[in-house]
Order: sequence, then C-alpha cells, then structure tokens
Amino acid sequence: MSNPKFKYAPISVFLFPFYNLACGILLCTDGDDSLYPIAVLIDELRNEDVQLRLNSIKKLSTIALALGVERTRTELLPFLTDTIYDEDEVLLALAEQLGNFTMLVGGPEYVHCLLPPLESLATVEETVVRDKAVESLRKISQEHSPVDLEVHFEPLVKRLASGDWFTSRTSACGLFSVCYPRVSSTVKAEIRQHFRTLCSDDTPMVRRAAASKLGEFAKVLELDYVKSDIISLFTALASDEQDSVRLLAVEACVSIATLLPQEDLETLVMPTLRQAAEDKSWRVRYMVADKFSELQKAVGPEITKNDLVPAFQNLLKDCEAEVRAAAANKVKEFCENLPEDSRETIIMTHILPCVKELVSDTNQHVKSALASVIMGLSTILGKDNTVEHLLPLFLAQLKDECPEVRLNIISNLDCVNEVIGIRQLSQSLLPAIVELAEDAKWRVRLAIIEYMPLLAGQLGVEFFDEKLNTLCMAWLIDHVYAIREAATCNLMKLVEKFGAEWAQNTIVPKVLGMANDPNYLHRMTTLFCINSLSEACGQEITTKQMLPVVLKMSNDQVANVRFNVAKSLQKIGPVLDSSALQTEVKPVLEKLATDTDMDVKYFAQEAISGEFSSINVLTE
Amino acid sequence: MREWSSGYSRQQWSAPGEVSGRATRRGETGESRRQEETDPAMQASQMDEEIDTRKINNSFLRDHNYATEADIISTVEFNPTGELLATGDKGGRVVVFQREQESKNQPHRRGEYNVYSTFQSHEPEFDYLKSLEIEEKINKIRWLPQQNAAYFLLSTNDKTVKLWKISERDKRPEGYNLKDEDGRIRDPSTITALRVPVLQPMDLMVEATPRRVFSNAHTYHINSISVNSDYETYMSTDDLRINLWNLEITNRSFNIVDIKPANMEELTEVITAAEFHPHQCNTFVYSSSKGTMRLCDMRASALCDNHSKFFEEPEDPSNRSFFSEIISSISDVKFSHSGRYLMTRDYLTVKVWDLNMESKPLETYQVHDYLRSKLCSLYENDCIFDKFECVWNGSDSVIMTGSYNNFFRMFDRNTKRDVTLEASRENSKPRAVLKPRKVCVGGKRRKDEISVDSLDFSKKILHTAWHPSENIIAVAATNNLYIFQDKVN
Repeated sequence: MSNPKFKYAPISVFLFPFYNLACGILLCTDGDDSLYPIAVLIDELRNEDVQLRLNSIKKLSTIALALGVERTRTELLPFLTDTIYDEDEVLLALAEQLGNFTMLVGGPEYVHCLLPPLESLATVEETVVRDKAVESLRKISQEHSPVDLEVHFEPLVKRLASGDWFTSRTSACGLFSVCYPRVSSTVKAEIRQHFRTLCSDDTPMVRRAAASKLGEFAKVLELDYVKSDIISLFTALASDEQDSVRLLAVEACVSIATLLPQEDLETLVMPTLRQAAEDKSWRVRYMVADKFSELQKAVGPEITKNDLVPAFQNLLKDCEAEVRAAAANKVKEFCENLPEDSRETIIMTHILPCVKELVSDTNQHVKSALASVIMGLSTILGKDNTVEHLLPLFLAQLKDECPEVRLNIISNLDCVNEVIGIRQLSQSLLPAIVELAEDAKWRVRLAIIEYMPLLAGQLGVEFFDEKLNTLCMAWLIDHVYAIREAATCNLMKLVEKFGAEWAQNTIVPKVLGMANDPNYLHRMTTLFCINSLSEACGQEITTKQMLPVVLKMSNDQVANVRFNVAKSLQKIGPVLDSSALQTEVKPVLEKLATDTDMDVKYFAQEAISGEFSSINVLTE
Repeated sequence: MREWSSGYSRQQWSAPGEVSGRATRRGETGESRRQEETDPAMQASQMDEEIDTRKINNSFLRDHNYATEADIISTVEFNPTGELLATGDKGGRVVVFQREQESKNQPHRRGEYNVYSTFQSHEPEFDYLKSLEIEEKINKIRWLPQQNAAYFLLSTNDKTVKLWKISERDKRPEGYNLKDEDGRIRDPSTITALRVPVLQPMDLMVEATPRRVFSNAHTYHINSISVNSDYETYMSTDDLRINLWNLEITNRSFNIVDIKPANMEELTEVITAAEFHPHQCNTFVYSSSKGTMRLCDMRASALCDNHSKFFEEPEDPSNRSFFSEIISSISDVKFSHSGRYLMTRDYLTVKVWDLNMESKPLETYQVHDYLRSKLCSLYENDCIFDKFECVWNGSDSVIMTGSYNNFFRMFDRNTKRDVTLEASRENSKPRAVLKPRKVCVGGKRRKDEISVDSLDFSKKILHTAWHPSENIIAVAATNNLYIFQDKVN
C-alpha cells in the first residue's frame, strides 16, 4: 500500500471517494486489495451525487464481474429492479447496460434474469428510458432459446401489453415483432390478438405506439395475416379520430406497401393512402408529403403515374404552407424517380406548372424549400428544357426578396453548370451575389462568403477577377469579426483553387497594403490573412513579400498588433527557411520578448520556444 | 338542489405555509392552538362584549391577511380521478391533498382530504433584460392523465410552465461496504466480502421532482394552460399569444395564435383564457376581453389566427354604460365534460353556450346582479377587474362560480334553481349543513338577509373546483381552502 493512488487509478476513475476516504486507505495495511475499488463502486450506486451514481452504473459490468454470476443474479439484479426512482440519465445508462449483460449473469441459459429490471424500466414515464429498455429487451430476446422465449419473454410482453398504465402498453408495442418469428403458432395467435387490442387502445399514446410499430410488425407476419389482420388495423388507425395517430399510419403505409404483391396494392393500400393525401388535418397531409419519395418507391411506377402524380400536384397546391414546403422539398426526388419512359411528359405537363406557381408563393419557407431543390431539375430535363422553362424560374428566385431563397439557388449552382453552363445565369447572378454580399444581416453575408470558393470554381478566374474580387476584398474590412474571419478563410480557399501566381498578382498586394491602414483592426486582418495564406502561397512569396511586412509591424504602437505579429511569426515559421528564421525572425521576437506589454512578451516567448524547438527537431 | 355540508370539521384546510412555511392541517384543536400562538390577547377578549370581539377579530383578520399575502390561494384543481386536489398560492407553493381511503368503520369520513405533498414550484425571479420582476404566484395548475404509479402536474406562473412529478417511495437501500449503517467509516482492512445493498421497506415518502421547465416562450403574462387529449401536447396562453408545446420538448414551442397588432397602440383586445376540447385533440377555444370566444381547428392550418367559430352575444343597447366593456370581459372559459357546451364567466354572469350555436348563449345565469348599481364604486376599488372562474360538476348539470363576501353560487341547469352558499369559518362546524344565504336588494331587509352595502369585497371567491365524478367541491377563500360534500344521509 505504499502508493495507493497509483494502485487504484487504473481501476477506478473516481477521485472523489478516494479523497474522502484517504485516511482509510492510508491506514490500510493488509486485507483484500482487489475488493476495495469494487466496494467503492457498489457504494457509489447509491451516492447522493448523481454523477457518481451514473459513473457507477456505467461500470456495472465491473461490479457484476467481481460478484460473479450467481450473486449478480440473486443480489445485484433484484436490487436494480427496484432502483427505478433514480434520475433519468442513471436509468438510461442502466437500461443500456442491461442489454449487454447476458454473459455476466451466466450466459444465454440465464438471460431471462435480466427481464425483471428491464420490465420495470419499460414502465417509467420518461420516453427515452423506456425506449432504451425496449431496445435492450429486443437485444436480449435474441439470446433467449425458443423455449425460454415462450416461458419467460413472451409472458413479459403480455404483462406489459395488458398493464394498467399506458407507459407499459406503449413499451409492449415494440416487443411483438422480435418474439413473433420464434414462437409456436398458438403463441403467435395470442401475440396477434394482443397487437390488435393495443391498436384500439383507449389512450392515443398507445395507439400511436402501435401505429408506429405496425410496419415493423407486418414485416414478420405471414403474408396471409398481413392481408387479413394488418390491413384492417392499418385502415382503422388511418381513420383514427386523432390526427396524431393517423399521421403515423402514413409511415406504416410505406412498409406495408412493400410487403404486398403489386396486384393487391390497389385494393388494400391505395384507398387509405388517397384518403390520407386528402385528410382534413394538414399534419397528415404534411406526413404524406414528407414520405412521398418512400411511398413512390413502395407502390411502383404504375400507381405513381395514375395516383401519385395528381396527389403530388394537390400537395404542391395545398392551402397549408407547411404542406407545400414539405412537398416542394420532394420535387426533385419525385421527378427523378418517375418511370423513365414518361418522366419528361409528366414533369412538363403536370409538375412544372405547379412549380411555377410556387416560385411566387406567399410563404418564404415554401420558396426556400423549392429553391434548395429546383436546380436539380435541370439535369433531369436536359439543356433545352432548362433554358426554356427552368431558367426563368431560377432568375426569378435569384431576385426573390428573401435572402434564404437566393442563397439556396446560389448554393446549388453546380447542377445547372453541368447542363447549360453558368454563363447563361451570370448576368443575373452577379447582382444577386452583390446584394447578398452587402446584406444588412451578417449571417446572410457569412453564408454567401461560404459559397464563394464554389462560385469562383464555377465561374472561372476571369469572371472572378473582373466581378467578385472587389467583394472579397471588401469583406476583409467588414465591421463584424466573423465576416472578416470568414473572408480570410475564403482567400485561402481561393488561392488553393487559382494558385500562388494568381495570389501574388491579385490578392497579396491588396492584403499587404492594409498593413498601413489607420484602423488597427484592419492591420490585424493583414496578419490573419498572412497566417492563412502563407502555406498556400509557398516559401518564396512568404519570405520575400509577407515577412518584411510582418516584421515591420512589430513596431506597431498597438499592443494587440504586436502580439499578433509574434503569433504570426510562429505560424509562418514552418514555411520560412532557417536562415531567414535565424537572421530576421529571431531578433524581432527577442525584441518583442522584452516588450513593455505583458501579453506581447508572453506570445513572443511562446513563439521563440515553439519555433526554436521545432528547428532543433529539424536539425537533429 | 342538494344541501351542502362541510361533512367533517377537519375538512377545512388552512392555506399552505400559514404557520411555519409548510402546509399544516388545521383541525379544531390545531386551530385553537394556532390562535393562541398568534394572538393570545384575542382569546381573552372573546370573553368580552360581542362588539369588542368583532373589532379585535376584524383587526386580527386584517393583520392576518396582510401577513400572509403569499398564502392566498391562486388556483385549485382536482386530478382526473378526483383522488388528488392541488392548490397553488401566491407564494409559488403547490400543495397536493390526497383523499382518505374510504373505511367501513367510519363512512362519514368519506371525502376527507389530507396533505399529500407540499413543494415550492416557482421562486420570485428578476428579468434583467427587461428590468421586470417575475412573481412566483401560481396562475394555473393542470393535471396530466395518469401514466404510471406517479402523478404529474403542470404549474405555471406568469412566464414559466413546469412539469412536476409526484411519486411515492416506500423502500430504501441498506448496507454499505465502506461504512456501517450509522455512517461510521469501516476499516478497509476488514472488508473481506462485498455487500450488495438490499432494499428495505420504510415509511412512505412522497417526493415532488421537477421534470421539465418550459420557459422563454412568453412575452406577456400566462393566464391559462391546457393539456390536450392526445396526451402529447399542451398549450400555454398569454395576453396576446397561444403557444403549443410537446410535453417532452422544452426548447421548442409553436405559436398557434398571435393577436398582437403590428402597432401596440391599436391594441383593442387581449386573450383572457384558453382551453382544449376534452376529446377532440384538434379543437380549442380562447376567450377575449371583448366578451367573445373563438373556436379554432388545428387541422385546418398550422397557424390558427383564423377561427372556425366565433361566439358573440349581440349587445343590448339599453344596458350600455361606461362599464359595459369591462364587465363583459370573459374571465374564464370551460368546456363541459361532454365537450358539447362551453361555459364563460364575465363579471356579473355565467353563460352556457352550445358549440353549435354561435349567435347567443343557451343559458345565462346572474351571479350577483345586485352589484350592477355598484359598478362605480367597484371600479374605484378595482374589484371590477377581479377574474372569477367557473366550474362544471361531473355530469355537466350544475355549474358553480364565486362571488364576494365569501359567497359562492350554484346553478342547476335542469331545475333552474340556484343557491348562494358561504364559505367561512363560522359556518363550517363539524358536519354542519350550509345554509343558503340571501342578499337583500330592495329597501327592506328581512331577517337572515344581508344588505348589499354590508358585503365584504375583500373576501372574494375566485377559484373553485368540482370533483370530476362526485359531489365534492373545493372552494378557495383567500387563504383558506374549504372542501364540502353533499350531505350524507
């Protein structure tokens, strides 16, 4: 026990209890050392500090390992079963741990011992804990033998399914599908019956849980039962009085439709789907719009052509903006997945007219949702159609009053570039970019800066030099720091794209010119630019052009500039050759290290130790 | 109409925190002891002449009221089964009462409620950005449908809604490895075997834990909260906006109604109360200071600025006066349990509306019409702005609402009979039957009638609650909570 700290540190991460019990440890001369950390862990299970309890629960496997399988089953698990009063995060950790506990209770033979604690966790009010308990139950259900599944697991599912409180019944909904495939046909019938009962439960909570698991349950059922049982449940849930239940049936619709043979879809699924697409509640219609691509894939090309196209048109014209926005988001995906033979006709005659209306929608969310996907249509429609039909829409959106719409168009320029080349757009693009670049909201300016490298790549170096270069330089003296910072970063990306030579001719002189600016913030921007550009520009430009400017700024009267000089020198050090470092950088840093300002001193010393240690490494 | 008795003397409850900052149950003995503590001189003086006693009593009550502003009950609410009753007060506390289990030996004790849990729900705060004090007063309490062995309620002050869990614990773990049961640290050398804690039964402990805090969504004062029948959402209403929350998500809410005009100088009305339909999860109603109600359908649109129904009674031009607008402001709106009717309370009346008839109320009941001639003085002492609430009985056949002078009123919708009862210490003797009270309107006062001029306007009954299925009522009279039940035969 000469060094207890060292001895226990690898085993336990808890400093706190050791601190409390320091005297106890020091006095300890013999006794079973290995038990001590475990004893601490067990006691921590009920510490008043939540964090300690949580840590202890996360080490539950260590405790179980020390106790052995027998005591884990007979003592630890009964204790944990009743520990449901704890904080959510502790319960969550416990529920998760128990999912990986099979070996610690003695292997698959004894896995059913884990059911009681998980059962009590599956009834707590906190959804995340319940869900985790259900997840763990699903996991360990696979480790049950078929016999154990019927003797232990299935009764638990039944108990939960017929529990007094809806929390337990909602948990049951997630467990049917894992035990169904592995039980006898009598038990299967019971399970189906239980599921049916829960689908018509009194509380909407349970009906919602059942509706959300309907698809999953349908997948494990025999096809005959899907047709006889699931369809009727699906129809009932899809016409539930609560729209919160109906909208979940839409999700189930996708998985059910994939299970059924094509010829049954029309009679069994489509009536419900049509009804959902025209539901009185916008939330249900929203769900249909949101799941439209999945639905489209599930029902296949024929039904898509006949049914989904008109439904989609309606959703695009819906009276509720939320629905229109959700549908607008799906325009590209929907068009992409249309059957190839009739794709163009459908888009041109049915979809495009609706899209045209959305361009001048009253709601900006709808317009910006559309703007984020509309460019994608050009690849589907090809050059001629794009020029004739889509281009006017792009141009209209580029002039939209809402910056988000314009940004979304600009951010997707690459799609159009591939099809018609960006020149077609550039005349309208430029005013839009300029306007965004000068927007009063700095977040809008920030967004457009982030698209600049992309735009530069699309538009080419000449166009950039001619039209956009001034903008990029103007951002360097923006009054918002975040913009200046982003502008610096933007320059670096541009140099990476256009090369060092371009940088030397267009950017570097302007950046270095700012070193003489009367505003110290602008002088600092010069330093920040040098920091990020030096690597991209290479040794020659850095040594010949940038370094003299930096060194000269070490005499700046503002301390902030001086200590940023020290930082810059450290930053560009790796790019410089060693002679420049020794003859030019070192004297300046040494001078700064004797500065009157303590921050300047500090950063100068940092730079000296940083640079010269790295040089040493290099020379060695 | 039934007779109401206080059933059993100990059914009368003091407000929480009256004596020592926590709820105290005040029986006959408790009460006299308290009086001794508070004012020994008073007891002595009670021996004196009646007039003197009254004087001292009054002064005592005044002082008492002054000293216990925080104890004034600001909301009363039964849970969906009626097993629990919660009160909130101006001091930010919530007291939950639990109904005593019925026992065969003492059948007359049915309906007795005992303190179950007391906790501080809200604390006074200060909004530094707006330089505004935020009172801790509990404006509303709403119970959630029961989902497991614990109970859940929402409580709100002007700005923040909180979800509380009230749960029981009757076991505690015993057995430490590193210390003895009395807390002494064991010599680690003696630890030769591991002990797993064992849960042992202990005295029942009721805990209230805050589960969620829904804040930063209201610029104005929250006047209502209402839980949706989908068990998933609730709404909170302030003077100008209604927000919809998911009970599990605290960092996001949806604004569904916003009546704030672009220019606040054009403001002509405010929202006074709002409630969800008891069964249809998409329907809710909100009332306004102009005496109107709007029914909204959340299915139609995400923003419910456009109502689907608009309930308004045409104004009677002959009754028009300076006070018309003030007294027509709706102070409370409640759906009937069946969901078919709406009840609204304005300053002088209670009205029952049929959801299918927007043009006028089905029934109108005068609560205290004798005050119509007193509006001027009620305006001067601000009483005209009092917000009385109203409640339905379990079968929607009787409605109850409060008045002044510790009076509360009941109206039987079938027989059209009404009664005025008084909640006061003097007449709630053990199992006493409450005598109907009468306010005299004419010049000549009969015996046991009270003249309008002698009504005490500081004793107002604003908050009442009716057990969801039985004839048990809870009446909050300033800092006292009275529980009455219909007479046991």
